[in-house]
Amino acid sequence: MRKVTTINSILRCCSNGKYLPLGCTRPSHKVSPVLPAFSSQLIRIRSYSTVTPEGEDRPEFPGAKSGWTDRLEFVKSDLYDGIPVYRVMDREGKVLQEDEDPKLPEEMIVQMYRSMTLLNTMDKILYESQRQGRISFYMTNYGEEGTHVGSAAALNPDDMVFGQYRESGVLMWRGFTLDNFMNQCYGNELDLGKGRQMPVHYGSKDLGFVTISSPLGTQMPQAVGAAYAFKRAQKGQCVICYFGEGAASEGDAHAAFNFSATLECPIIFFCRNNGYAISTPTSEQYRGDGIAGRGPAYGLLSIRVDGNDTLAVYNATKRAREMAVKENRPVLIEAMTYRIGHHSTSDDSSAYRSVDEVRFWDSTDHPISRLRNYMLNHGWWNDDKEQEWKKKSKTAVMEAFARAEKKLKPDWRLMFTDVYEQMTPDLKQQLQGMEDHLKKYGDHYPLKNYAKSNSPIE
Amino acid sequence: MWSHVTPRCVQCIKNKSFVRPFHKPSFQGKSSTASQVSNRKQITVGPLQNRISNVLQQWTRSYSAHFTYVPDTVPSSEGETVRMNLFQAVNNAMDIALASDPTAIIFGEDVAFGGVFRCTLNLQEKHGKDRVFNTPLCEQGIAGFGIGAAVAGATVIAEMQFADYIFPAFDQIVNEAAKFRYRCGNEFDCGRLTFRAPCGAVGHGALYHSQSPEAYFAHTPGLKIVMPRGAVKAKGLLLSCIRSNDPCIFFEPKILYRSAVEQVPTRDYELPIGKADILLEGENVTLLGWGTQVHVLREVAQLAQDRLNVTCEVIDLVTIQPWDRETIYNSVVKTGRLVIAHEAPLNCGLGAEIAASVQKECFLNLEAPIQRVTGHDTPFPHVFEPFYIPDKWRCLEAVRAAVEF
Ligand SMILES: Cc1ncc(C[n+]2csc(CCOP(=O)(O)OP(=O)(O)O)c2C)c(N)n1
Ligand SMILES: [Mg+2]
Repeated sequence: MRKVTTINSILRCCSNGKYLPLGCTRPSHKVSPVLPAFSSQLIRIRSYSTVTPEGEDRPEFPGAKSGWTDRLEFVKSDLYDGIPVYRVMDREGKVLQEDEDPKLPEEMIVQMYRSMTLLNTMDKILYESQRQGRISFYMTNYGEEGTHVGSAAALNPDDMVFGQYRESGVLMWRGFTLDNFMNQCYGNELDLGKGRQMPVHYGSKDLGFVTISSPLGTQMPQAVGAAYAFKRAQKGQCVICYFGEGAASEGDAHAAFNFSATLECPIIFFCRNNGYAISTPTSEQYRGDGIAGRGPAYGLLSIRVDGNDTLAVYNATKRAREMAVKENRPVLIEAMTYRIGHHSTSDDSSAYRSVDEVRFWDSTDHPISRLRNYMLNHGWWNDDKEQEWKKKSKTAVMEAFARAEKKLKPDWRLMFTDVYEQMTPDLKQQLQGMEDHLKKYGDHYPLKNYAKSNSPIE
Repeated sequence: MWSHVTPRCVQCIKNKSFVRPFHKPSFQGKSSTASQVSNRKQITVGPLQNRISNVLQQWTRSYSAHFTYVPDTVPSSEGETVRMNLFQAVNNAMDIALASDPTAIIFGEDVAFGGVFRCTLNLQEKHGKDRVFNTPLCEQGIAGFGIGAAVAGATVIAEMQFADYIFPAFDQIVNEAAKFRYRCGNEFDCGRLTFRAPCGAVGHGALYHSQSPEAYFAHTPGLKIVMPRGAVKAKGLLLSCIRSNDPCIFFEPKILYRSAVEQVPTRDYELPIGKADILLEGENVTLLGWGTQVHVLREVAQLAQDRLNVTCEVIDLVTIQPWDRETIYNSVVKTGRLVIAHEAPLNCGLGAEIAASVQKECFLNLEAPIQRVTGHDTPFPHVFEPFYIPDKWRCLEAVRAAVEF
């Protein structure tokens, strides 16, 4: 029999010191008077310290908080089985523990399902359009739809999102329209990013989704800074930061975890562990107990969830959000999933993994089919609805695609704006230089594909 | 009218080194014109290339290339040659380095399966997992690990997946690798260290898959920086970098990985670091570039001939640091005009350093202000790339400005 671990039991584990030795630093005996905040910590430490009873001789080192030992023993990285994977449903969408079912209303579950499948449809069409040379690049989200929608649905609309690049479902859930997506991928005159970045580098201030940047890991310490600012603003907002298990190897990831713990920031670190960083499998990316296993060492509340179980992701994120905001404590969620698509349109993954492996995840453990099964079990969905929705969503995607394709690129002069808030004299001169150049050589440039801005460029 | 420009710098004439006859490197490109050559030839599937992944096609496909590739040719005295593109030449150089030096190791992100640009293809199979391996995704780790291995006696070839992603390693490269020998009085050094990094515009790379960050590193004493223009040069220069006793950064213009096809000598050979190549001799204007830009400039020389009736001397700088002052000064003394073109932004780009040096050394020879044609002082934009790069029309206009001054 497999033991089903509930979210409650895991979080309990985390806070009773099994995975997470709480309390910041052991108070020195010499410190007096004890500050109020400090004394509450002291109480926490007392109740969690199990190694040496109070009053006994303990190490005095400023950075130490454990007891002494007279046994020569090295801590082994394989001491325990690892943090278990929390799930709510089995692969057939059957809830394993009734009290773990978040019991979300039908309408919301259907909405989540629609987002996940719409994302899937959009991915297929945009991937194909890159293959046809209509857009320059694309990255699909296949197999990771559950991590996106499950987490996004558990957040508040005014929470802030820092993403990596494979979290389009989060943006979709927050209200980024198909037109928004398509306009960005085309870099047309309606693209919020003004055509400057490669496809999939979405962002929207209105939706609290900070624009994607390609350099990996850079968003992580930034997200912590944002969370700190939120903490000071005291509006109950939270930050969620998505990243891949590969990006978690960057130095910035370390900085982010450590800053968030020491500066007690209301942030959720959401790792999408999809098994690969381009061609590099997790076995060559890290050792030890994955990404979640790092949490305790940094002083983060940590949990590992089945990323293909949308409800488990929802529960974990919901609870993480509560703790992050109420207690100003950073939480680390490692969502286990699988990247079913190629890394990007620049990649052919058959060079480093078997087609069978991919097929297994696609056919046997897909977040979309699991959530559909859950809906079927509740009588909320059927084949007719599925067919109708498939048709409708495909039409919507195709229409948005056609609209975006027809649009011109932004005015080329927008290349020079937003470098600084105000264009510098140098840039004005370079812009003027280009204007003069194009008067003479305009025939050699694709000017007809670019709009002419009505408002002054400055 | 432009047929002859007399060198007038007395100092230059006095200083014999500046008027020495031009040294011709053995693999100097022939002065073929753009129209003579096509870059559309099919790549033959040789032993080095049993699979070209889409990766490469994506990053090396240009929707409408802004240049025409002109291959170098080597004299038959160089022995057996094989048709190779730039990534195969790089692969071949590393294969030779591994075979000839048992301490040599190669690592980086996704290197094991051949690298996203296929440069390390089959090297792991051939030389073993302890010599060619993946690292975790961490550029600062790659750089630091490389420095340490070199300090401990290994020959290190470390790959940065894109030059745009070299910046997390900036501290390790600039403060550590570059200064290692100096700061310990030559007790230790990491000279046997080479970073390879794909750089430059590809047509659709936007901010983070297009940059040419050579100037940041040229500003740091202690690093040697090289950028080849094609396959023959890439192989010989990479082997020189690998065997150099100074840490090197080898920037590979990624748009050339597939399009730069040449007959490359199969033997083990090195080409000099610090030596520029005169690709076309001319009388009126010196056109100076490196990497992909060299091919743009060759076309500009032709356009200038046709439209302005001037002859241009096209020089590939090849080595960014230490750059070949002598060859450049000599050329400017002869032509009196200099146009420098690079993809990186204008402000504090390498062109600024060269222009400053040339105006000091060749002041009296200059017939016109030195022109710089570069990327604009903005990040590298996606859909505006045609308006951003120093294309042939912008370069031609600079030539005109120089000759009509
Ligand atoms: C600093 C940096 N180094 C390298 C890259 C190139 N790169 C882009 S995505 C990627 C793999 C990322 O893997 P992971 O974080 O697991 O995310 P996934 O693609 O699996 O969603 C790499 C190496 C980059 N974008 N930034
Ligand atoms: Mg991954």
